[in-house]
Amino acid sequence: MMALDQQQSALLQEVTQFIYREARLQDEHAYDDWEALWTDDGVYWIPANGDACDPERDMSIVYDNRSRIALRIRQLHTGKRHAQAPRSRLRRVVSNIELLEPAGDEIRVTCNAMVFESNLRDDTVWASRNEYQLRRVDGALRMVRKTVNLVNNDKALFSMSFLI
Amino acid sequence: MSAGAAAIPDLGELIRPEHVHGSVYSSEALFEAELEKIWYRTWVYVGHVSEVPNANDYVLKSIGRQPVIMTRDRDGGIHLLLNRCTHRGNQVCVFDKGNTRTFTCPYHGWTFSNTGQLRGYPFPSGYEGADRENLGLGRVPRMAQYKGFVFGSFAEEGPSLEEHLGGALEAIDRLVRNSPEGEVEITAGFLKHKAKANWKFLVENETDGYHPQFVHASIFSVAESGIGDLYSSDSTAVTRYLGGGHSECDLRPEFRRLDKPLGWFGTSAERMPDYVEAMNAAYGADKAREIMIDGTPHTMIFPNLFIAEIQIFVLEPVAVNETIQHVTAIQFKGAPEMNRRLRQQTMGSVGPAGFLLADDSEMYERNQRGIQVRDPEWVFLGRGKHRERLDEDGFMVGDATDEVPSRGMWAHYRAMMEAE
Ligand code: FES
Ligand SMILES: [Fe+2]
Repeated sequence: MMALDQQQSALLQEVTQFIYREARLQDEHAYDDWEALWTDDGVYWIPANGDACDPERDMSIVYDNRSRIALRIRQLHTGKRHAQAPRSRLRRVVSNIELLEPAGDEIRVTCNAMVFESNLRDDTVWASRNEYQLRRVDGALRMVRKTVNLVNNDKALFSMSFLI
Repeated sequence: MSAGAAAIPDLGELIRPEHVHGSVYSSEALFEAELEKIWYRTWVYVGHVSEVPNANDYVLKSIGRQPVIMTRDRDGGIHLLLNRCTHRGNQVCVFDKGNTRTFTCPYHGWTFSNTGQLRGYPFPSGYEGADRENLGLGRVPRMAQYKGFVFGSFAEEGPSLEEHLGGALEAIDRLVRNSPEGEVEITAGFLKHKAKANWKFLVENETDGYHPQFVHASIFSVAESGIGDLYSSDSTAVTRYLGGGHSECDLRPEFRRLDKPLGWFGTSAERMPDYVEAMNAAYGADKAREIMIDGTPHTMIFPNLFIAEIQIFVLEPVAVNETIQHVTAIQFKGAPEMNRRLRQQTMGSVGPAGFLLADDSEMYERNQRGIQVRDPEWVFLGRGKHRERLDEDGFMVGDATDEVPSRGMWAHYRAMMEAE
């Protein structure tokens, strides 16, 4: 295990706060604040069918470029996204936050997440390993890429119309 | 009357020309009967030959609740085997897909070839005199393909696949000709999306032209999509019952009115130059133009294959109140420019997080809860009854938002369920 120097400890703390905040914005359906966390070239990816998914060749559950992220948010704002009317009640815990080798100037970090969703159908638990690539823009961290590797992405899933 | 609880209800009491009783979507006894009388009798779509492109490829599929291994043998032949060891019933294959000449059962090591024959068992002296010929894997008794689409039937005899497809056969022709090579491929893997709803709600919704303006209002408005207009009161598109439970939304009248090649796909000839050139070379400019205006079909092939213009859905009935939709982008052979866009649009619109299908699935689940209410007991399917008419081919058609497909499907369903 890599021992963290002071600089890395400070970075881990900053990144952890960023991830916690992102989780809360998602849980509370704060769509615009969540969208503002993205860079202009952000990619939001939820692979399907295990760990070997190539989004340029295979079906993914979500593979949104920045304009599609915006479209997703606009759809949620209409109030007529039936699968989110009423909205899912959500709480998630995020843990095992770990800094990875950076990609150039960009920070890479991984964590585990568990989301409890309650909606008209029932209560559903979603579990995933998330990967972030973060960039500093005007001093603040922003998401360049967020990948949500659902543990059960090889099985049939119920609708997942909230932000994960 | 001891058999009362499990008895199959009398469908004559439950299915009327314009009404269906809610219990037909929620009766466990009917669901079990449907497996026998529909899913294990008629032709059911299994998979596409392009999912097993190479010798010894296989992929796991299903018919109703029966697990099927679709294999390609070393000579290129396709087989539909049942995933159950003939010794004591173990699953012989648990990986979704792969390449192998043999399946070895992990329990006691019996080995089967990918054509189903028993190849051997350990310590054979314990089986002196056994009839190995009869110990091969079970198989779907009938298998047939049409343009690469593989169907299976558990009925030893009955109508041929082409007879079964009937009026829907042409939908497959109309689909594949959008490829400059006349072939589609199913190579992008499936999203698996489940809903707590009866499979028949899904079948009916696939060609329901009444719901899009309402269920999909959110995405149509923010994406500035023209799709909603295809399903309005003013649309010249028609709904058509094709017989055999099959039905379609025929959008060609609208696309022909717009008269814009690739307009059906929300793009234009200028933006897809390589595809247009390949289509012109393959079919000649006039025919290519006609194909690119008409676009692809929106056709439900009963009971489980929905050709949804740019993707296919395969419906799997899991329980009376649970259905899995397997969905993937259609890929046109020889059209890479088109295929990337087909995948992107499919990922946006369908699957668990899809802009369209999360809302359709929400409707399925609310419907399933709704029909359990005591009053009224009936679903009303009379929309457009007064204006339905026969077209020149003798198929019943209605306006774009009419319930012609549902009425036809229910008459066919009843006939299948009442057949001996
Ligand atoms: S159950 Fe398969 S070898 Fe015994
Ligand atoms: Fe729909």
